[in-house]
Amino acid sequence: MITAERKPMEEIFHSVEPYGKILLVGCNECVTVCHAGGRKEVAMLASALRMGRLKQGAPLTVDEMTLERQCDPEYAEELALVVDQYDAVCSMACGCGVQTVAERYQGLPVLPMVNTEFMGSSEKNGVWAERCAGCGNCVLGLTGGICPIARCSKRIFNGPCGGSSKGKCEISPDVDCAWQLIWDRLKQLGQTELYSQIMAPKDWRSARDGGPRRIVREDMAI
Amino acid sequence: MSDFEPVVVVFACDYCAYTAADVAGRMNLSYPSGVRILRVPCTGKVEPLYIMQALQKGADGVLVAGCLVGDCHFKNGNLRAAARVKRVQTLLDDIGIDGQRVAMVNVSAGQGAKFAEIATEFSNKIGEMGPNPIKQGAKAAA
Repeated sequence: MITAERKPMEEIFHSVEPYGKILLVGCNECVTVCHAGGRKEVAMLASALRMGRLKQGAPLTVDEMTLERQCDPEYAEELALVVDQYDAVCSMACGCGVQTVAERYQGLPVLPMVNTEFMGSSEKNGVWAERCAGCGNCVLGLTGGICPIARCSKRIFNGPCGGSSKGKCEISPDVDCAWQLIWDRLKQLGQTELYSQIMAPKDWRSARDGGPRRIVREDMAI
Repeated sequence: MSDFEPVVVVFACDYCAYTAADVAGRMNLSYPSGVRILRVPCTGKVEPLYIMQALQKGADGVLVAGCLVGDCHFKNGNLRAAARVKRVQTLLDDIGIDGQRVAMVNVSAGQGAKFAEIATEFSNKIGEMGPNPIKQGAKAAA
């Protein structure tokens, strides 16, 4: 999922300062799962904004709405019936959702209420960790299902580096060395021969280095 | 501020604090009349939003009263409630409302006297802090 965290309240108050009536919009997808921008978080932030602004003597009307998937134009369209009533839309979705709404409602300020962090998975309740860098050319089949890009601090393809010590990365004792994990997993799978293969330098054009990416499926396009 | 009688909402666990409040009543122990008790099946059921909305609707303070640590009927509902209270306190501090207006306490079902004491002490503390500041802001804006 795409993970996110609510922005600091000080920044949020600053961004909504010019407005008297806002629509706070959540998303039922990733940000609900990582407790950053689902229905509950929308209600919490709405309550915090109302109280904070009341305390400042400048009441703010906050209406709440949560879309099924904010990064999808057909769901963003649901705002069309009400959006004219507001000074601004405050989105608790990831950057994709914010941009979808901003693109649809061009005359209206659309403000992000969360910081989008990374693509990750749940390690346990309340803990999420980065697992995928979206590099556009997956090598997990060669690395025992552990990504050397997302999980190695140096993103190296033929590790480990000299900073690996007792299975931990030199940047922090809390960070596992991805290449130690890869080696352990390859041993477990009986695939250590994969480790001896030198991996060629990665062509980063499939990642962000090739500019903004698009996927076009002509068979799906209407 | 002597005429200020704080409204304190208590989310009281059915298995302990709510019974403790009942015991306090049966013992004829008094605590401030502004203490309003809401029974919940476990403090683990108390969403952070409940606390926020109690304050938003005019409460001056909120107590979340659960079982003693280790005695939760649902194993760890009281520990989860304590973590949530801490998060709400931080959020309240961030929006300029003193997080100390919210607190987590632990009492057992038999501790009627302790419940009355906690309710009185917390109510007095809120009394010293003054009314929920959103009320003044609302008046100023009107």
